[in-house]
Amino acid sequence: MSARNRELLGLIPASLLVTAGFAGVFIQRSNVLSNVSLTYGAIFLGLCVAGHVFIRITLPHADPYMFPLVALLASFGIVMVYRISATDARQQAQWFVLGLVLFAVTVIVFRDYRKLEQYRYIIAFVSLGLLLLPRLPGIGYQANGAYLGVRIPGVFVFQPTEFAKIGFVVFLASYLRDTRQVMVMGARRILGVTIPPLKHFGPVVVIWGIGMLILITLHDIGSSLMFYGGLLAVLYVATDRLSFVVVGLLAFGLGAWYLGTHIPHVHDRVEAWLHPLDPTLYARPGGSFQVANSMFAQAAGGMFGQGFGQATLTVPGSHPVAYLLPAPQTDMIYAVITDELGLFGGVAVILTYLLFVARGFKTALLARDSFSTLLAAGLSAVFALQVFVIVGGVTRVIPLTGVTLPFISYGGSSIVANFVLLALLLLISDRARQAT
Amino acid sequence: MSGPIIRLFGLIVVLFALLIGWTSRWTVFEASSLNNNQLNRRTLIDEQRIKRGQIIADDGTVLARSVPASGQIWTRFYPTRSLFAQPVGYAIVEFGRSAGLERSRGPELRGLQTGLGSVFGQLGGSQRVGDDVDTTLDPKAQQVATAQLQSASQIGSPKGSVVALNPRTGAVLVMAALPSYDDNRPDATGPTTSTFNRSTQAGYPPGSTFKVLTAVAAIDSGKFTPSSTVNGNSPVTISGVPLSNDGNQSFGTIDLTTALTFSVNTVWAQVAETVGRQTMTDYMRRFGFYSKPPLDYPPDELNASRPYAPNGRPYAPGSPNEDIGRIGIGQGGLQVTPLQMAMVASAVANNGKLMVPHLTSRVVDQDGRTVQTIKPSTYAQVMKPSTAQAVGQMMTHVVQEGTGTAAALTGITVAGKTGTASVGVAGANVTQPWFIAFAPVQNPQVAIAVTVERTQGGFGGTVAAPIAKAVMQTLLAEGK
Repeated sequence: MSARNRELLGLIPASLLVTAGFAGVFIQRSNVLSNVSLTYGAIFLGLCVAGHVFIRITLPHADPYMFPLVALLASFGIVMVYRISATDARQQAQWFVLGLVLFAVTVIVFRDYRKLEQYRYIIAFVSLGLLLLPRLPGIGYQANGAYLGVRIPGVFVFQPTEFAKIGFVVFLASYLRDTRQVMVMGARRILGVTIPPLKHFGPVVVIWGIGMLILITLHDIGSSLMFYGGLLAVLYVATDRLSFVVVGLLAFGLGAWYLGTHIPHVHDRVEAWLHPLDPTLYARPGGSFQVANSMFAQAAGGMFGQGFGQATLTVPGSHPVAYLLPAPQTDMIYAVITDELGLFGGVAVILTYLLFVARGFKTALLARDSFSTLLAAGLSAVFALQVFVIVGGVTRVIPLTGVTLPFISYGGSSIVANFVLLALLLLISDRARQAT
Repeated sequence: MSGPIIRLFGLIVVLFALLIGWTSRWTVFEASSLNNNQLNRRTLIDEQRIKRGQIIADDGTVLARSVPASGQIWTRFYPTRSLFAQPVGYAIVEFGRSAGLERSRGPELRGLQTGLGSVFGQLGGSQRVGDDVDTTLDPKAQQVATAQLQSASQIGSPKGSVVALNPRTGAVLVMAALPSYDDNRPDATGPTTSTFNRSTQAGYPPGSTFKVLTAVAAIDSGKFTPSSTVNGNSPVTISGVPLSNDGNQSFGTIDLTTALTFSVNTVWAQVAETVGRQTMTDYMRRFGFYSKPPLDYPPDELNASRPYAPNGRPYAPGSPNEDIGRIGIGQGGLQVTPLQMAMVASAVANNGKLMVPHLTSRVVDQDGRTVQTIKPSTYAQVMKPSTAQAVGQMMTHVVQEGTGTAAALTGITVAGKTGTASVGVAGANVTQPWFIAFAPVQNPQVAIAVTVERTQGGFGGTVAAPIAKAVMQTLLAEGK
């Protein structure tokens, strides 16, 4: 069977899921199974098939599993968002369409994505600019103390960091393609640790500098970990030097420790992470209410969950509506998933992400030039880390951060940016698999 | 570059495994502790959606019922308010707390749905309705007990407790305690408001009512008979400290029946010392001392009756530091609940067999089917039936000619024992009167314990015995 036919078949689970999911929510809402659920399913399937046809024409050799996996995640996401808020789901569907359009634009414009290398410094500066936007007075805004978004009142809300993560990886992949040889050569081993010559530390220092800048700019350990981890991943793949990663993580640890002790809101996040069930911390604004309720929601789900549409999200009879779980459709969506579908649902979602990341790394292995390999590995790593950072925050592996769960959480910037990421991975894959 | 890519993927697999591990932690391994966490409002919110069953007195009076509130939730209403607040308790979701029967019978009131029914019930999204709990409580007698406690002459606002049991079944007929509270507003505070249930949670010195237990231990162990004689002169030295009778009265050599009738301290302290610490402790255990009463009531709202050291710590059972002579007359750091003293009277009444006390008679589902019937069960055969008969006879003398004549009922033989514990500063003459009793002696239907917390020199026979009389009269008139 050809790759594209496999891709087409792969869309069946996504369309079944979206139909069954909407049907489930409808039954729960009003005890009726209307044909609206089938309509939603059909529209969604239509969009996916359109995406598929576009790939069939433009990227015939690309990996056949990535797009169906994304469709599965996105369809699951739209059902979850719909279950939480019908208005949000309608917008999410629009963002999905826009994401597909931007996906197509990326594929057409960067057909030869290697020309991105020419613009690497522009890309680097634009990414830096995007990162700094939320700190600009007037348009930047803080969510729970972290600087992650830009808002022009009445026009739009935008999370530039979602795009910056792609820009940084592109820059670094291109930059390290040139410098990696130099950095590896002439390295010495001291006490069993490989130390490159001092004069070649320049690029590494640049990367660490970017990492620290991100940490200081965003005021957020989790999303900085995502960025910085992505950068270190590219560095590691380029040089195969664990020492860089170890030193880099130590530097990050120091920076995170400094922030955790000196910036009040970061300190609060760390405290909430360590002692979520402490009553005083729970009651304090900006305290552990969200983390604790995330745990409560997961505990309510248990092994198999309470079923689609069954989770308690708000306090009944409260005016104005009091949320038991703040930000259920964005940061906390994983907690809602485990509440309704249990441990099994959560594991299914994580494994779907893992499959996607595995295909990304597979693409990196197949790619025949360094830039492509580094780009594919970096994009996959940053994607995986984003999943880790938000799910890890919700499940209390690390302090909670306001990043989205890719393709599932409600949020335009996230959907669109991740479609661009998908486009780049498929472009690399198409080129890598062309000759084989 | 394939080596680092594979290792990097390995790291991501490890990270994702961490996510799965932590998700399992919250969803499975620590789920029940999270579900029961005080901060977790989910369980309570889910509970608000359930129409809890009613709590009903034994004459059909509704003590607690659910009324609809806004947003498809239910709230609790207690029509009898402070009268039954102590035994019934409350379950008010907004406070995240519950107490009393509302708490101990929570699973039944919420509707214990098991098996396939619950699975289909949840799939269908049908409204959950709980089961009704029928209690053994008697509203008339509860009313009389509360009114009597209210009007007893005492220091300050009325404080005290009345517990009446059916000695044959263990059914709790009356559980009145003052101060009480309006269980519709359990958070309200005030000088005459308290959620502390003195019937089950208080630790009071029992005074001379405890001599009934000493008499049981003395006779049942074979060391004494009701006609054994002991020197009743005052004072005598007990544990190195002189002990005197009321008014330092000396009685000469008297038998145990006389010593109980006139509540002679010196005799009973010597008897307790002769019976010995070990045997006394053994009988106390049989009556239920040293452990929480097995009532269908929340364990942390039940207090175990036992002696305490002057530093406030409980003595280990049979500790050599106990002053067993003074414990034998209800002093020596002894702290008891009114419920425990009602159980003492009840065991003597029921031929030495102590029944497990219970507030619930049965659980009935919404279709009127009895889901569960609480059958009388034995807690312990505390003493030989012959001992029970003998001690019952001795107690009859107390009411006929001794300190407890105020509890006498016309046409009905009552067995009882008074107690007057000194409380507060020495010399201030502040007392806590007690009375325990059962009736009719030939065919006991009611066992009772009454105490009033603080009086200015009041006696068990003058303050507590009339209350017991009024309550027993009400219960016996109803044919109980």
